[in-house]
Amino acid sequence: MSFWNDPLKVAADWLEGVFMGWGMNSVLSHVLVAFLGVLLLITVLMVLDIFLVWIERKVVARFQDRLGPNRVGPFGLIQPFADIIKLIIKEDTTPGDADKVVYNLAPILSMMSVLILWAVVPLAPVILGTDLNVGVLYLIAAGAIGTLSIIMAGWASNNKFALIGGFRQVAVMVSFEIPMLTMLMIPTIFSGSMNMNAIIQSQNVWFFIISPLGALIFLIAAIAELGRAPFDLAEGESELVSGFNIEYSGMKFGMFYAGELLHAFTFGGFWAILFFGGYRFFGLEQVSPFLAVLIMILKAMVGYWVIMWVKYTMMRIRIDQMLSFNWKFLTPLAFVLLLVTALMNALLAGAPTWLYVLGMFLANVVTGWIALELARSATRQEREKLEGAKPVVEAHH
Amino acid sequence: MNEWIYVALFIVVGLIIPIGAIAAGFILGPKKPNPIKESTYECGVEPVGEAWIQFKAQYYIFALVFLVFDVEAVFLFPWAVKLGQLGLYAVLEGIVFVTILIVGLVYTWRKGMLEWA
Amino acid sequence: MTAQQIIFLIVALFTLGSALMVVTTRNLVHAALWLVSTLFGVAVVYALLNANFIAVVQVVVYIGAIAILFIFAVMLTRKDMRDSGPQMNKNWWLGALVAVFVFAGLAFLLQSWNGVSATAAALPSGFDAISLLGDALVSPDAYVLPFEVASVLLLAALVGAVYVAFNKK
Repeated sequence: MSFWNDPLKVAADWLEGVFMGWGMNSVLSHVLVAFLGVLLLITVLMVLDIFLVWIERKVVARFQDRLGPNRVGPFGLIQPFADIIKLIIKEDTTPGDADKVVYNLAPILSMMSVLILWAVVPLAPVILGTDLNVGVLYLIAAGAIGTLSIIMAGWASNNKFALIGGFRQVAVMVSFEIPMLTMLMIPTIFSGSMNMNAIIQSQNVWFFIISPLGALIFLIAAIAELGRAPFDLAEGESELVSGFNIEYSGMKFGMFYAGELLHAFTFGGFWAILFFGGYRFFGLEQVSPFLAVLIMILKAMVGYWVIMWVKYTMMRIRIDQMLSFNWKFLTPLAFVLLLVTALMNALLAGAPTWLYVLGMFLANVVTGWIALELARSATRQEREKLEGAKPVVEAHH
Repeated sequence: MNEWIYVALFIVVGLIIPIGAIAAGFILGPKKPNPIKESTYECGVEPVGEAWIQFKAQYYIFALVFLVFDVEAVFLFPWAVKLGQLGLYAVLEGIVFVTILIVGLVYTWRKGMLEWA
Repeated sequence: MTAQQIIFLIVALFTLGSALMVVTTRNLVHAALWLVSTLFGVAVVYALLNANFIAVVQVVVYIGAIAILFIFAVMLTRKDMRDSGPQMNKNWWLGALVAVFVFAGLAFLLQSWNGVSATAAALPSGFDAISLLGDALVSPDAYVLPFEVASVLLLAALVGAVYVAFNKK
């Protein structure tokens, strides 16, 4: 057991020994070491969060054919620190009519709901917060607190825009939670566990290959959960100015903003864990936990990049369109896919791996194709009803 | 103790960090409140009426439908965990379970409750 | 006292205090938020009992769905969210008396049961509550019928809610 193979345990044992040497009992020193570990992880995450601001701004600039921040420091790397200093020394105004306690609690809960997600993220086989056997549901439970923080912010600001934004965001979050929950069952079925580490360990074949449609639906639901474009009607700058966080300034706004970025990165990570093998990459993770952490972070970054790609490509859609999209298309599709997956999983139980993978993949493709065809004909009918039936022009050759 | 102690630590640290950041902003930032600065923002005009108004009932319908499917998903998770080790009959039970609820979704849809009216 | 007992007492006090605030606060949205903290306290109690699945479900369903529904309901139905009427009616002493008797009766009953002072046996290693639950839910000689009936119950709840909420214009 060397530092190279299991750094967390070696460091923890050493620290515990030091604390015990100071005359603490074993339970207390254990908890203290765990506390320091959590503090270290969250501090690293917050520093990463600062650089996420830079990454986000650089990437959006590239998407929009601009350069992005490039004045402060090399490649504008110091820019986010300047942003933070600005946020800190800004006056923290509270609207006079606001509900003060709830108003101040909302940004704190918003940030917390993102940070506690990392308790179940396995960065490497041996570097993880805790191995909860309900890790998948824990994801949703933490999201519930995030939902609550947004409705608190929207309500406590005592502002019409904030309330409308908060309501919209909560309606969207709860609606898209159904397809997300359903899609979380797909890795659960394949791995026979709700434990994140077990899900990663059972991905000898990436679940993305076994269930591409599931990965896609999860991504769509995750983007809605994050409140990012095309589902960002909680902020809706053109109509609601800034939505639920309209009255927030200074560091309280900063908490919402940083929370959103870290949330997006975290969901990129969960996408990687659930469908792209997490820290696994052709056995490289067995060389050293440090390499595994690197792989995990890179995969999370790729997931985050996909979320950004969607954000800066799509236009914002209306709330009614969005809820129809969820309840009339995504939710039924998610349920059908779940049943198809369960059925195929039972039918192909004894099959060799290549047949299993092929069968699952084809089942997904066929399900997705049928769903898209149905949606296409339904929307065509809808359009014709709106436009008035046009005579069908047949091309004669 | 159990693994939840780590979750508790994450909650504690997750509260300390934002509180610390906001406190730093509170200490370092200027504090010169006045009634106009504290007035509610409403697109450059004086706020009209109360913001805590009665809200659109449609949101409530979606929350109701969501609640039913949320509980359903909770029932399905233990089923999903064991599915690999159980035979076809467990899959059929799941199909019956979900189909009954899809009937509910179809009913809601046909009644026009999913329309944004 | 063990650490677990101390944590339990703190959580129990927190839960009870929040519950008291639910019924005494005058602002209805505050009452709903205090209800959230009560429900969270109950989730922590489940976690203390090593009932991971129930603890997470408590947060997902009660805080994620029911509390949100409550807040929506409060905001949808009441124009004025501050309650101004008297908080007690004239039978408050009767209610208090019944509550004291129920508490005393329960305390007496629990006192006479020897399980109350026994320490719980440690769970055997490899004890997997979720897969046991999954087995029980689908096994024909366990709870498969209640499992399917739960679906019908949820369907009835959905249809009923939609019927009641449906506004004939």
